[in-house]
Amino acid sequence: MSYFGDIAKGIKTLLTGMSVTGKYFLTSRKGAITQQYPDNRETLKMFERFRGEVVMPHDESNEHRCTGCQKCEIACPNGTIEIIWDRQVDPATGKKKKMIDQHIYHLGMCTMCGLCIEACPTDAIVWAQNFENSVYDRSYLTKVLNQPGSKVKAGIED
Amino acid sequence: MNITLSITKNIHNWLFSIMPEGVASITEMVLIAVVYLAIFAVAGLYLVLLERKVAAWFQLRIGPNRVGWWGLLQTMADALKLVSKELTGTVKADKFLYNLAPYFVIVSALMALAVFPFTQEFQAFDINIGVLFLMAISSIGVVGILVGGWSSNNKFALIGAMRSGVQTISYELSVGLSLLTMVLISGSLQLSEIVEVQKNGWLIVQGHIPAIIAFMIYMIAGTAETNRAPFDLVEAESELGAGFHTEYSGMKFAYFFLAEFINMFIVAAIATTVFFGAWLEPAWLTSFGIAEAFPAIGVVWFLGKTLTIVFLMMWFRWTFPRLRIDQLLTLEWKYLLPLNLLNLVLMALIVWLNLTIQF
Repeated sequence: MSYFGDIAKGIKTLLTGMSVTGKYFLTSRKGAITQQYPDNRETLKMFERFRGEVVMPHDESNEHRCTGCQKCEIACPNGTIEIIWDRQVDPATGKKKKMIDQHIYHLGMCTMCGLCIEACPTDAIVWAQNFENSVYDRSYLTKVLNQPGSKVKAGIED
Repeated sequence: MNITLSITKNIHNWLFSIMPEGVASITEMVLIAVVYLAIFAVAGLYLVLLERKVAAWFQLRIGPNRVGWWGLLQTMADALKLVSKELTGTVKADKFLYNLAPYFVIVSALMALAVFPFTQEFQAFDINIGVLFLMAISSIGVVGILVGGWSSNNKFALIGAMRSGVQTISYELSVGLSLLTMVLISGSLQLSEIVEVQKNGWLIVQGHIPAIIAFMIYMIAGTAETNRAPFDLVEAESELGAGFHTEYSGMKFAYFFLAEFINMFIVAAIATTVFFGAWLEPAWLTSFGIAEAFPAIGVVWFLGKTLTIVFLMMWFRWTFPRLRIDQLLTLEWKYLLPLNLLNLVLMALIVWLNLTIQF
């Protein structure tokens, strides 16, 4: 009698489903995944994989890791990154060397694809986890990633 | 009019003392209607809030929590917004029917509320064919849905309305038969009589196996009758926009929405009355004599049981996936209907052989 078997199986599977959702219902007070955003602005921490914007980390002596190789600029599909560079005499070795003047990043054009970060051989640029990117004027979205007066960390090229 | 609580008695006497009998009784009816309207418009809004909260908890969210304490005024604000909205419509809509449809739905939903015994003396209209009346009224609502879908002149609305027709007409049968099973054991269609019978144990206990089967069938068919998930192919969002009320806006949409929730309350209230002893307290509590001391406490029991069943329906909604139309009809015609008929015979046998459980 598969007819009654079907009914019994149907009821059993429905009850299994209800027990799953019932468990969620009972634990919902503790397990709520909702972030009450503007309220918990102080404590809200975005997860590591979140792609907020591209930044260039500087260490305490104002040194970054960008050698100006332009791989990120070439990797970028829509011209978000522009690097202005020139050759200067390196005071340590006395040789002429490629150095970045400005690493310009247009956040307004960025699609957060992450190709620049994958392309970077020295891990000079990384994802930041901030997301409050709205500004009142479009020109604020063009950012210079290297801080004024910063220089490349010694030994990165090797 | 069966409301004989002392406050209503005072109003009754006062009305009859200041005006002729005919005018007084009409005034009284209007008063009671207004009171019911006010109560259930608000109750419907709070059912919407409850649904949203329960849905949120099932999905590990928080739900509305901004307007008022704990979001308690959220649906009030929504209703206020809907009242202030423009009533739009399609150019080629059948204007008369288009405007009529929401009233069909909401009026039929509110009419059914009149017969429920909320407590011993809180029942507006105690007719001797109560169950039949409920069945009749609840099938008028589908006319409103069909009219609304047809007159909108929109293919989504029309498909939604036709599905609703198919669904409601099919499942009406199961609702009717499962209630008829219970009428066999209660021996009356009058709701106050049905409650009276249950003083010897709720009907779901008295009728044991067939009553439980009838309750399960009733819950399935009742969920289908109110067009709620998993039977919500009437307004399947992914296929039909909003189904039959795609073209409605503002307060007319709100009427449909409110009617859906009041219908849910009605289905749960019928189940409470017929299976779970309406306003009667559980048997193990009778010895404390709370009900004799405060007869009005029956309302609490009634609403408690009803809301439990409403919660069960919400649980269904947020657990089960939507059925396809052929699965829907297979479920009704190949499973529920034959089982229901078998169950009816079984119940008849049990009543005939006196195998009911009575305290």
